[in-house]
Amino acid sequence: MNQLSEKQHIRRTKFRLLLNKFSKTIFMLAAFFGLFFLVVLLSKVIADGIGFINFDFLTNKLSTQPERAGIMGAILGTFWLMLVVAPVTMFIGVGTAIYLEMYAKKGRVLDFIQTNISNLAGVPSIVYGILGMTVFVRAMNLGNVVLAGGLAMSLLILPIVIVASQEAIRSIPFFLSEAAYGLGATKWQTIQRVILPAALPGILTGAILALSRAIGETAPLVVIGIPALLIPFPGGILDRFTVLPVQIYYWTLDASLVAEYANLAAATIIVLLVALFILNSTAIIIRNKFQRVF
Amino acid sequence: MINQGMTKKDKVNIREMIDQNQRGNSIKRKVEKAIPIFLSLIASISVLTTIGIIWTLLSETVEFFKRVPFLDFFTGTVLKPLSQNPEFGVLPLLMGTVTSSLIALLVAAPIGLMAAIYLSEYASPKVRKVVKPILELLAGVPTIVYGFFAFTFVTPLLREFIPSLQATNILSPGLVMGVMIIPMIASLSEDAMSSVPTAMRDGAAGLGATKLEVTRKVVIPAALSGIIASFVLGISRAIGETMIVTIASGSTKNFTFDITQSMQTMTAYIVEVTGGDAATGTTVYYSLYAVAMTLFVFTLIMNLLARAVSKKFREEY
Repeated sequence: MNQLSEKQHIRRTKFRLLLNKFSKTIFMLAAFFGLFFLVVLLSKVIADGIGFINFDFLTNKLSTQPERAGIMGAILGTFWLMLVVAPVTMFIGVGTAIYLEMYAKKGRVLDFIQTNISNLAGVPSIVYGILGMTVFVRAMNLGNVVLAGGLAMSLLILPIVIVASQEAIRSIPFFLSEAAYGLGATKWQTIQRVILPAALPGILTGAILALSRAIGETAPLVVIGIPALLIPFPGGILDRFTVLPVQIYYWTLDASLVAEYANLAAATIIVLLVALFILNSTAIIIRNKFQRVF
Repeated sequence: MINQGMTKKDKVNIREMIDQNQRGNSIKRKVEKAIPIFLSLIASISVLTTIGIIWTLLSETVEFFKRVPFLDFFTGTVLKPLSQNPEFGVLPLLMGTVTSSLIALLVAAPIGLMAAIYLSEYASPKVRKVVKPILELLAGVPTIVYGFFAFTFVTPLLREFIPSLQATNILSPGLVMGVMIIPMIASLSEDAMSSVPTAMRDGAAGLGATKLEVTRKVVIPAALSGIIASFVLGISRAIGETMIVTIASGSTKNFTFDITQSMQTMTAYIVEVTGGDAATGTTVYYSLYAVAMTLFVFTLIMNLLARAVSKKFREEY
């Protein structure tokens, strides 16, 4: 190897240090790119939509006339959908997590279910739409009603709830259950009265994040055949319905026909994002306030 | 453990008490026995979902291949499902899917990796605590919002620079999809890099390497499997993404390399067919399942691949 003269060495070191400084700036810019993008996206949406949000827009029915169209139907649809999705996913998700963490013996079966759950998390959401359309809408003949959409959506977010609940249960230290067993409690009593209450904040956080995913999800519902038609307000889980993201979808598609539809879509996006923001903040508050470190 | 001071009589008493306790509460005992069975049934729902997906897709796909030859489907460059003489080549859809996913990866891989490097190597814990959640906000934005943004903002903006760009094209949704998967790549790569032991960094730094050199020659090679896995998972997300491409890349079934053109992806085709008037039992209806099956297999392979890569090449320190 050639020896460097001192001069060369100093020059090279200076260059290396400069390169280090320069790349640090680039890396920092990359990390802040997301923030920049969010700001642009939000200002575009707010600029387009904020002028269209008023009481009438929030409470009116859908209409073919942009100035009279409202999103009450979509808000109610989202509400009813969550009324199906929340209990179904909580029940199945938490039940599965309890079984896997507390009862299942370590071995092939547990590995199999665990692998299966993580694979399900990677299945594209539109495939859940096809499953829902084939099984719930057609085979079970429910039609494209809230219940069918809700069940498909529940299956979609189930992996998130299961994994979050498992982590919450796993984080409960063993001495708590030992104390319960020591007092003569049975296994189920211990789970019911010691482990679940202690794991509840973690479970709720995961469930709320999963629900906010479900509120923003569009593809499965479009595939199930949520109509763009002017349907009456849904009043129960067996009614036809539409939801906010689907409403945004159809208005965006029609924006090339009627320019105001783009504004309506933007206004609906604002409503959707506010709802998601509230949900996510709730999740963070629960996590920070109730999470105990044992 | 048997307590030395305990006499035999005491032990029997305790045993009897337990037996008595159990005899007296036969309902409680039944509940204790029933609960695990009940919970295992609930847990099996996730397995049933997988079986349901595969069964649904497979049975209808088999029906499709009874009508359209397997080879025609996978080698056909023309997709005209609704014409007089329908043709069912999946290649135009594969083209659209692969192109948009590659564009997305070209955006997300460098930016995500650089963001991960910043967070793992350069940022102070305080900065990381602020930047990471902001980055994760991007992942929480519904895809329909990205679709709206691609269609009403990014495409018109790009047209200022590329006049030949069509109103629906594969470039703009590809770019926006790239932004969408940045957080995923950044956070998975950061996990991989953070788990590289500090001793390895210190060793290189002790030899006089700058932070950039440490990162480039020590940290990245050591975390490479995790980084590659994050790229593969990112592609998998892009392949399965629906709303952005449905809105912004159009429904023209183009078999082309021209990214300024409208192209349809597999997911967008599924949306078009289900939203359209494909009656049950028609070949178009069955083609929906064949395309969905292809999509499912593609993403499944990607997900398994990512897992295999991160498992197999995970270095033990």
